[in-house]
Amino acid sequence: MMAGDGEFALPVLDVDKVLFGGGDLRINIGMSTCGLAAGAKTVHDHLKAELERRRLEAKVVKVGCIGACYAEPLMEIIRKGHLGVIYANVDPAKLPGILDSYLRGDLSEAYAIRARSGMFKGEDDVPLLDELDFFKYQVRDAIENCGVIDPKSIEEYIISGGYRALTRALKEMTPEQVIEETSASGLRGRGGAGFPTGLKWKFTREAPGVKKYAICNADEGDPGAFMNRINAEGDPHKVLEGLIIAAYAIGADEAYIFVRAEKPLMAERLALAIKQAEGYGLLGEDILGSGFSLDVKTMLSAGAFVCGEETGMMAAIEGRRAMPRPRPPFPATKGLWGKPTVINNVETLAHITTIIAEGPEEFARVGTEKSKGTKVFCLAGKIRRGGAVEVPFGMTLRQLVFDIGGGPPEGKRIKAVQTGGPSGGCLSEEHLDLPLDYETLQAAGSIMGSGGVVVVDEDTCIVDLARYFLTFTTAESCGECPPCRIGLKLMRDVLTRITRGEGEMEDLRLLENLAGTVADTSLCALGRTAPNPVLTTMRYFRGEYEAHIRDRRCPAGVCLDLIKGYRVDPGACRACGICISECPSEAITLQDSDEGRTAVIDQDKCVRCGQCALVCPFDAVEKVW
Amino acid sequence: MKEQELDELVDEVCRNRVSDGRKESALIPILQKIQSELGYLPRRAMKRISNNLRIPPSQVYGVATFYHQFRLRPEAKHIITQCRGTACHVSGATEIYNYLMRHLGITPPEDTSPDGLFTIKQVRCIGACSLAPIIKIDDEVFGRLDTSRLRRILAKYSREAEQ
Repeated sequence: MMAGDGEFALPVLDVDKVLFGGGDLRINIGMSTCGLAAGAKTVHDHLKAELERRRLEAKVVKVGCIGACYAEPLMEIIRKGHLGVIYANVDPAKLPGILDSYLRGDLSEAYAIRARSGMFKGEDDVPLLDELDFFKYQVRDAIENCGVIDPKSIEEYIISGGYRALTRALKEMTPEQVIEETSASGLRGRGGAGFPTGLKWKFTREAPGVKKYAICNADEGDPGAFMNRINAEGDPHKVLEGLIIAAYAIGADEAYIFVRAEKPLMAERLALAIKQAEGYGLLGEDILGSGFSLDVKTMLSAGAFVCGEETGMMAAIEGRRAMPRPRPPFPATKGLWGKPTVINNVETLAHITTIIAEGPEEFARVGTEKSKGTKVFCLAGKIRRGGAVEVPFGMTLRQLVFDIGGGPPEGKRIKAVQTGGPSGGCLSEEHLDLPLDYETLQAAGSIMGSGGVVVVDEDTCIVDLARYFLTFTTAESCGECPPCRIGLKLMRDVLTRITRGEGEMEDLRLLENLAGTVADTSLCALGRTAPNPVLTTMRYFRGEYEAHIRDRRCPAGVCLDLIKGYRVDPGACRACGICISECPSEAITLQDSDEGRTAVIDQDKCVRCGQCALVCPFDAVEKVW
Repeated sequence: MKEQELDELVDEVCRNRVSDGRKESALIPILQKIQSELGYLPRRAMKRISNNLRIPPSQVYGVATFYHQFRLRPEAKHIITQCRGTACHVSGATEIYNYLMRHLGITPPEDTSPDGLFTIKQVRCIGACSLAPIIKIDDEVFGRLDTSRLRRILAKYSREAEQ
């Protein structure tokens, strides 16, 4: 299969055969976890049946996520030599109609097209994918192939330019040159801390010792962040190629990919990628005849947020509880089993191929002075177009949330934007024009973190949100150092008291004191950053804390302990009786009223659980404050 | 499963995983494998692992209780995995959880319905945040949930169980 002199060469592949399987029609369906949650499996099964019924030959490919989760399930039809036509929110019942119109050359059902060709009727009425608001501000590097190529095919990755960077590194560059180019690109670790990647590699390379390890951190643990999952599910070879180059740079002959068990598809895809790369001689002994050998294993993380801490993760790989240890010594000198080790995040590694194949300047052509290149952000919460987007550093939060994400749903107002997960903070409207880079977010009290952005509207209680994060970090604290173990629990208890309407004004000062102690004295970053959600919400949304304490009132209407009770609106009630069957205290009966038969809640028997409000199909049960 | 069968299973899993010489690092993959076979980690299995690997039972138990993935109690026929990530939280995950617990008649710290049909597990984040709130029942993912839809979904599983 090897071309040329047999050394340092990638296989020569028949592009049409790989992409179209010998036929001339290809249909991509986005089937990563988000697509599946939106019903992509049903679409896939219906499509297969429909093609069979029509005896139509097509290569149906389960691709990863293109990032536009709001438009899932997504389907793209490509005819050989033609433009790709994309269909959004595909309903299985509409599949025959979509196929009919496509085959007629009619694009009336299409959501977007890849390029203009003049071949289709009504082509000018359909926007280009890159013209859509969601895509037009994006600059894609790390996730460029996601939703486009078949993640289970190494051949498709190679056709799209894959493994060129590895070939170049092994053929033309010394490890030192690889490190130099990575440093020159200005790439900083995408996992959260933003440490310069080239420098990290340099320290590990220069550390004494023959045995070294490279680890890919795919243990994405921040709630609200799913860029690593999209990356590894949709384009696992790009991540793997980055890891192989990292191992070459530092001089490791063994590498691990540490994957979160809650994201099983990601683990499956990466394991398959390793096997395929070994099959092509891109991994294993004497890679591409270069003399460099590498063995890569996946390890399924059993789930602990503290594994995001490098020394915690290494303890987990060694089979122990993931308890971080004091640093120094840093992993670069004393890491896994006491050997020099480098740990890089999935997204960091996905950028490496561009830097090595196309040069550091190409990578650094966008971004800010200190934060070079692009970053994948995950937009979620109360936003119209949620999903994953890759944009240059320096874009403002407002552009991200409004221009790309479409802002909050109709009639709602944005209250806060939460960045950086449980270690990050809640920013208010006044921060929307801040540029997104590591330093600016930190100055505002939040962090970049892994790039999760959760938008919150007036229906979310800020105190409850702070309590939610503290509940998370309290449960995730490994228990090793007292400030984190005890301090976070105390903070959570104070917040719980406030959401129950039992808080005192004095509690706010107590919270601030505790937050300061935990942040200053905890052993690892989990504890040091855990107070951020509390500190930022107290700083920017103090009025909401005071409303809970002074007025015993929750302005968002979320804290159920502050509720007086529930009542049924007779005008909306249709007397269906669902609430009666669900009420745990038999407090509801049907009675006749002026507006017809209606459910009535006996306030003496009601336990204020709210089950009736949750199950009512007509939204007839109201909270009484 | 009989005690002898359990012992044999554990012994075999341990044999297969302790090949590269680093026996301690095999502990987590061994626990994962046993749990995927049995649905939980029986006390007897943990003791047996400790014997096999020659590490103290306290260390096995310590690891098993440290990580979220492991459970020490048997699970029901269907596993409901509820995502408790931030996006799900602000989209009504607490209400979904309260509804589930009450609807299925489960009181914490129990996590399994009295009819043995459902076990509720809460996970940090499934990572399909744009489709919040989310639950998984076994391997099927349900996004953009609300309680009335959840009610219909659960009813379907209960009907199937009766048949």
